[in-house]
Amino acid sequence: MNVEPANTAPLLEVRDLVKHFDISGGLLEQLTLQGGRMVRRRTLVRAINGVSLTIQPGETLSVVGESGCGKSTLARAVMGLYQPTAGQVRYGGERIDNLDSRAMMPFRRKMQMVFQDPYASLNPRMTVRQILEEPLRFHHPGHTEAEVRDKVAEVMRQVGVRPGWADNYPHEFSGGQRQRISIARALMVDPAFVVADEPIAALDVSIQAQILNLLMDAQDQRGLTYLFISHDLSVVRHISTRVAVMYLGCLCELAPADPLFEAPLHPYTQALLSAIPRLGGKASGHIRLTGDVPTPINLPPGCVFHGRCRQAAQRCREEVPALREHAPGRFVACHAVEEGRI
Amino acid sequence: MALLARLRESYLLHSFLRDPVAVGSFIVVVLLVTAGFLAPVLAPMNPYDPAQIDVMDSELAPAWIDQDSSFLLGTDSQGRDILSTILYGTRVSVLIGLGAVALQAALGIGIGLISGYAGGRVDAVLMRVADVQLSFSTYMVAIFLGAIFQATFGVGRYEQIAVPFLIAVIGLAEWPQYARTVRASVLAEKKKEYVEAARVIGLPSGRIMWRHILPNTMTPVMVISTVQVANAIMSEAALSFIGLGMPVTKPSLGSLIKSGFEYIFSGAWWITLFPGVVLVLLILTINLLGDWMRDFLNPKLYKS
Amino acid sequence: MKIQPQDATATPRLLEVADLTVKFALRKGTLPAVSGVSFNLGPGERLGLVGESGAGKSVTGFAILNLIAKPGFIESGQVLFEGRNLTALPEDKLREVRGDRISMIFQDPMMTLNPVLTVGTQMIETLKAHRDISDKQAEAIALEKLRKVYIPSPEKRLAQYPHEFSGGMRQRIVIAIALLTNPALIIADEPTTALDVTIQAEIMDLLLELCRTENMGLILITHDLAVVSQVTQKIAVMYAGRIIEMGLTQEIISNPLHPYTQGLIRALPQSGSGRGARLEQIPGIMPSLYNIPKGCAFNPRCPKKCAICSDETPALLSRGSGSLVACHCV
Repeated sequence: MNVEPANTAPLLEVRDLVKHFDISGGLLEQLTLQGGRMVRRRTLVRAINGVSLTIQPGETLSVVGESGCGKSTLARAVMGLYQPTAGQVRYGGERIDNLDSRAMMPFRRKMQMVFQDPYASLNPRMTVRQILEEPLRFHHPGHTEAEVRDKVAEVMRQVGVRPGWADNYPHEFSGGQRQRISIARALMVDPAFVVADEPIAALDVSIQAQILNLLMDAQDQRGLTYLFISHDLSVVRHISTRVAVMYLGCLCELAPADPLFEAPLHPYTQALLSAIPRLGGKASGHIRLTGDVPTPINLPPGCVFHGRCRQAAQRCREEVPALREHAPGRFVACHAVEEGRI
Repeated sequence: MALLARLRESYLLHSFLRDPVAVGSFIVVVLLVTAGFLAPVLAPMNPYDPAQIDVMDSELAPAWIDQDSSFLLGTDSQGRDILSTILYGTRVSVLIGLGAVALQAALGIGIGLISGYAGGRVDAVLMRVADVQLSFSTYMVAIFLGAIFQATFGVGRYEQIAVPFLIAVIGLAEWPQYARTVRASVLAEKKKEYVEAARVIGLPSGRIMWRHILPNTMTPVMVISTVQVANAIMSEAALSFIGLGMPVTKPSLGSLIKSGFEYIFSGAWWITLFPGVVLVLLILTINLLGDWMRDFLNPKLYKS
Repeated sequence: MKIQPQDATATPRLLEVADLTVKFALRKGTLPAVSGVSFNLGPGERLGLVGESGAGKSVTGFAILNLIAKPGFIESGQVLFEGRNLTALPEDKLREVRGDRISMIFQDPMMTLNPVLTVGTQMIETLKAHRDISDKQAEAIALEKLRKVYIPSPEKRLAQYPHEFSGGMRQRIVIAIALLTNPALIIADEPTTALDVTIQAEIMDLLLELCRTENMGLILITHDLAVVSQVTQKIAVMYAGRIIEMGLTQEIISNPLHPYTQGLIRALPQSGSGRGARLEQIPGIMPSLYNIPKGCAFNPRCPKKCAICSDETPALLSRGSGSLVACHCV
């Protein structure tokens, strides 16, 4: 699958990625009685089920979806924090999902991550200086003391934290400032690609704008490529070049931001967008979804959305829809769209 | 200086000073421990030095009862000054308590850290070993090992190395307490995003364990350490009382209680009572201090 | 649905909060979490209390029910509800109001639900604590309320435990419990913050519908201006423990007067603003209880600050248009 003009090589590519978590515990917990016989049963959480996408250099690809849709798992699988069950992750054309930690080292310098919770993502027992120096000293052991100190001051200034506060501990900062420090840590090794996992979800409204501006400035200055994970659709629309919508571990729709927000194709995207609260809007203007969200433990057969979809037909209950290019650059996984029913 | 200023500002000191029980316990513990370690300076006589002991002074009552006695708390059956033996005995007890806890902590923290971080099979094996260890009581292990040791090397040899032996036995028997506590908090810390951030940087596991996770598990370790010191002193006293701990020639508080026990009914109650009071006081104040620390550090989590 | 103008009218008021001040006795002194908050609510009226974390909006909600826990205390002010002053009512009389005439809904449904009891048991017990009725009657009322919040097959659901429900369903159950006693007022503290957008939209729909059909008053406490603007008729914006702007929702959204409200609205990414454009941001952060600035609490962050702002706290006054605003510069 190739997205966008085919002549530019993607920076990051995810191919048919599958990630299942085995939560069945030890052998004893797996054994259950069934019809008078002991049966060993495993419980799998199917967090990601065959996701493919590419990210072009310099773009911001956002992954949106509701809780449990697998977007954070996708981010962590891309970063190598989770070993994929199947499929590939490629960076600059090279496969990275099966590398050992030594071979992964050059990629650690190019790929960094910003986390959701500014209260948990900084080690409470380390000063800001220790937190920021650690990646630099680890990846560039040859740097002199002065070089390290200058770099810390430079990056701190760039993210808007006074370098004079470097010897304070994280708990002495507000949530917004901590998130700036977290971004600074990611920038210390001068990465080209940054995964941001809900970086503003835990912040207050007036602080969210500050952090979004900082992320956009850093992208302009450093030519960063972002994989941006969020559930906040109005933020996503503002900063993304392209948007991928996930539901229950599957990609529903992948399209450039503006067309996707103006005319969503997939019934789930339509429902999701209509539910965004708008200033001064009407509460009851949204598309009502029926039924409950299935859990990723018991995935329904066919299209994962069919239980809540008004367009669901017999085919949707049996056959998993493939992600197909509906219009140039617009990918949808929906039988109804394919058949022209919507 | 910066550290001192930080301490003065800190909530820890504030909360400590507002709790009279904690302050009182702290003063008593500090007094007892310093007195014990300054025993050679403070004690009226050296009970280990046969030249200073006069058998004619045996079983003298405390000074305020018997006008003839020049010993404040009386003497034991060998004529040793009870006050002096208590001071020396406190030193031995505290030494064994601290030593055993240091060994427990070193073993338990290491094993707990590896178990919690590695997970899976390693975790399962280490924790089953810990369960097996816990199912033997400290006394059983000590009685068993002590008996074997005394039978093999003789009582004379045992008396020489009684302190390191007791430290080793109590330390080995109780490490699972630490291992379990550390493992539980490693499991909680491991999920936090700062650990993921360290992995994204590419840091090796050993460094993540020691530099990132370990310092964040120290809070519960501090809490159980106080309680474990008290427990170790109690274990040692109990072993000494049944004759498997410190020998009477080099008495701890436990062996002092034991040595006086035979004389209770002959009227020499002071030989047993005073070491007993000191032991109870020591254990009680350490535990009270531990309680305060537990309440302060985490009012919800450790109140079992 | 009638919105009351400032002066008292013939319509009886449901709730009248007058000059409410809540303080916390902490080590560093007695600090005000809520200072001089006043507002009114008519029967069936919906008010949004908006602000960022630390603005004092949740404390205000708890203070209305006289539920401030130590070291906090209500220092002064009145909460008149159906003619009774809740701040002066003894505990046993308060219980006739709390959970009966006024119900509260929290962000986390598990704060209200007991995980080891079935939903039915909890609903029946809640009801019997307030009404002298039989189990059968209570169950009938519980079923009726579950149907009101669109829980499918309520008879079956009564026998289930909270963990058997999804997050959105749990919040529906909490709303059903809140409805049991036919309250005149519901205080909802961030009721949808933990939920997904599609579920949030459904829950808000439901709350709005119930307020209309049952003629219930609603105080919606949230940080989300967009949500509030869809549901309420009036908005009170809080900052550092004070209401800094209050008025009709439409008026505040389309014509915010206070620089903070203006900043909050402009900081939201709007669909028309174009991709990648810088968002307007409010510099700095909300002051904590410990360091509320002198004068107008917003003055260090304010783009329109003038000399008087750092000396004198502005009063909440009408400045020509319909809304009340606490700012020297308007």
